[in-house]
Amino acid sequence: MRWLYRYASPATFYPVAGALAPWFFVAAALLGAAGLYIGLIAAPTDFQQGDAYRIIYIHVPAAWMSMFIYVVMAAYGVLFLSLNTRLSAMMMSALAPTGAMFTFLALWTGALWGRPTWGAYWVWDARLTSELILLFLYLGFMALQAAIEDPRRADRAAALLAIVGVVNVPIIYFSVQWWNTLHQGASVSLTASPKMARIMLTGMLIMSLAAWLYAIGASLLRVRAIILEREAGAEWLQGHVDGKAR
Amino acid sequence: MEIRARHRRFAWIAAGIVALGVAAALVLNAFRSNLVFFYTPSQVFAEEAPKNRSFRIGGLVEPGSLARASGSVEVRFRVTDNARTVPVIYHGILPDLFKEGKGVVAQGALGADGIFVASQVLAKHDENYMPPEAEEALRKAGHPVKPREEFVDKARASVQK
Amino acid sequence: MMEWLAMGGYGGYVWGAYGVAVIAIGAECIALVRRRRRAFARARAEAEVNHGD
Repeated sequence: MRWLYRYASPATFYPVAGALAPWFFVAAALLGAAGLYIGLIAAPTDFQQGDAYRIIYIHVPAAWMSMFIYVVMAAYGVLFLSLNTRLSAMMMSALAPTGAMFTFLALWTGALWGRPTWGAYWVWDARLTSELILLFLYLGFMALQAAIEDPRRADRAAALLAIVGVVNVPIIYFSVQWWNTLHQGASVSLTASPKMARIMLTGMLIMSLAAWLYAIGASLLRVRAIILEREAGAEWLQGHVDGKAR
Repeated sequence: MEIRARHRRFAWIAAGIVALGVAAALVLNAFRSNLVFFYTPSQVFAEEAPKNRSFRIGGLVEPGSLARASGSVEVRFRVTDNARTVPVIYHGILPDLFKEGKGVVAQGALGADGIFVASQVLAKHDENYMPPEAEEALRKAGHPVKPREEFVDKARASVQK
Repeated sequence: MMEWLAMGGYGGYVWGAYGVAVIAIGAECIALVRRRRRAFARARAEAEVNHGD
């Protein structure tokens, strides 16, 4: 347990995050380039949707990340409330903007995919509505945290919201099975063989990995900024803020 | 300075309340009506679909049922869940993916004559993705790609229960 | 090339999706760098006040 507390201290984590973040960005850029090459050039067109299906290479990774980041955020919320580790609260706050960005992208690309395939940018079916609720949960989380002046209380309120809101994630994921929706079912799941041609699936998984690594890199950079904001004036920061601003 | 900080905090609180309010409204609205996005023909025959107001009907476009009126945008087709069938009439442009044997969701109202008058027609595509050659190869081998009929079967099962 | 850009007639939708994705990720990166710069400058100013030499 002691090692956990050691790494859970902002003073230890600040340089670690700074050293790791660039590698995640480099890996994300390389995988992203490979994924874009497969998705936009190498992969063939689809038998029923034509080239409109190529939106899948952003839409699905963005939608997966929007849900996954929220779950991780809620997990940090649980850690913070139970162990009272400051770093957990900072990580929770660091994830929210990236999660909101991916949620917005999932909705936006979904709209641009829905128009040519379904015939509508937007419908109020269970999948689309619950994903929109996810966006409002992210925005509500950020607004709530910014609204409360005392950081301790802000973190506690935001963590509570993140944990309560996590019920929405299984609703998003299973909505296409539980209810009649216009949105099609999952092409990729743990329980059935994928319903996609090999190269299309490869491209989509590579893009998802790229999005995942990007999210880690972005949240590491953001947690560094949050540590600076909150620990400004602390003794340990002295050595880190001497010299030129990078 | 003090007052500006307080104003800003008030703005954040307002933004938070608005965001959560919108989320709550969406949840309530979804639970009230939108979770049932469409009714299958069997549900329509079982009188589960709402009367006197517009609703959506979903199923497969029955193969061979699509007829276009010459010189107008009027189209007629039948929606089936392989148990019951409802005829549909629609004036407008069909989406690109509208095809016989594929999924469709139409918004509109059921006329007294049993014909569903649609104001909007949406194509419900399935979750299969493959190049055209692969699809052709499967068809030639006698294993054509099946459109997603589970959604129809599932809805029908809930009616029979 | 033109054929590729046209995306079989779906060019507007496909590039609209990819374009906004690039803009969103770019905007997040810019916001990140600016937030970090601001926080760094503040932390340094505070350090100088505390241990001024």
